[in-house]
Amino acid sequence: MNFAVVRFPGSNCDQDAVHAVVDVLGQPGGLAWHKDRELPPATDCVIVPGGFSYGDYLRAGAMAAQSPIMAAVRAFAERGGPVLGICNGYQILTEARLLEGALTRNASLKFVCKDVHVKVEGQGTPFSRGLAGRVLRMPIAHAEGRFVHPDLPAFERTGRVIFRYVSAAGALDDDANPNGSSAAIAGTCNAAGNVVGLMPHPERACETLLGSADGRALFDTVLGAFAAGGCA
Amino acid sequence: MKLSAKVYVTLKRGVLDPQGQAVSRSLRGLGFDEVGDARIGKFIELELDAPDEAAARKRLGEMCERLLSNTVIEDYRIEVGARA
Repeated sequence: MNFAVVRFPGSNCDQDAVHAVVDVLGQPGGLAWHKDRELPPATDCVIVPGGFSYGDYLRAGAMAAQSPIMAAVRAFAERGGPVLGICNGYQILTEARLLEGALTRNASLKFVCKDVHVKVEGQGTPFSRGLAGRVLRMPIAHAEGRFVHPDLPAFERTGRVIFRYVSAAGALDDDANPNGSSAAIAGTCNAAGNVVGLMPHPERACETLLGSADGRALFDTVLGAFAAGGCA
Repeated sequence: MKLSAKVYVTLKRGVLDPQGQAVSRSLRGLGFDEVGDARIGKFIELELDAPDEAAARKRLGEMCERLLSNTVIEDYRIEVGARA
């Protein structure tokens, strides 16, 4: 499965994502530059990585969402291709309106960098199918991760909440919500389910050496979906 | 026409503004007890050339919709005038 990791000026988790898919999963993958108008040929999956694209100027992800490569990412997503936005990548996908809602300043006003637990739920996506009910431990590192949605009750009914912050035991708990996200939402998908964004970093949790290998489940899942001919 | 525009971007009512809350608390801590809610927004000054103010206003609206504000969480207000 061919992975394209989009690099913007200020991305800083792009190589972590390449490491996860190439070195850990043994898949072909490489970088796409923000000024490119096309994704690399034969791209099967796009990862929009974390970082501080364009210095988070104006709003986190706002400038990156308008860069040339995003038209190609949008076209890829509209064809049903799997797209994963991680942290700043999630902010970029919401700013690009590929995902609903917005990611705003943490309620604590602090940059929060620590391991959290999220529970997988919602409709099946290429990154979460078969994982529902699992509690995954992954790190977060962000100052703008508080998810808000203008019509949360309606959004909840769509089944597009895929990850929710929970305690290690898997319970919803205010203390387990690191940023004040509405309904402890940590990750969501689009209506078709092929575009997924989340604030935690699965690519930094693919090897036990790094403290957790739980994040690998997302990548293994998309590989499984691809092998079965189930995505794009 | 050489015009000057002022764009005010503010969080929609109902969107939690932790920055505003911190500022409000801080002001009250300084003894400004009359302070209630504080809301933090952005102020953007732009110079632009346009055939007239109405045309400038229309283009500024597009700028706000596409980049300057995130209309999911923010409102915007535009003022246009002659450039000093």
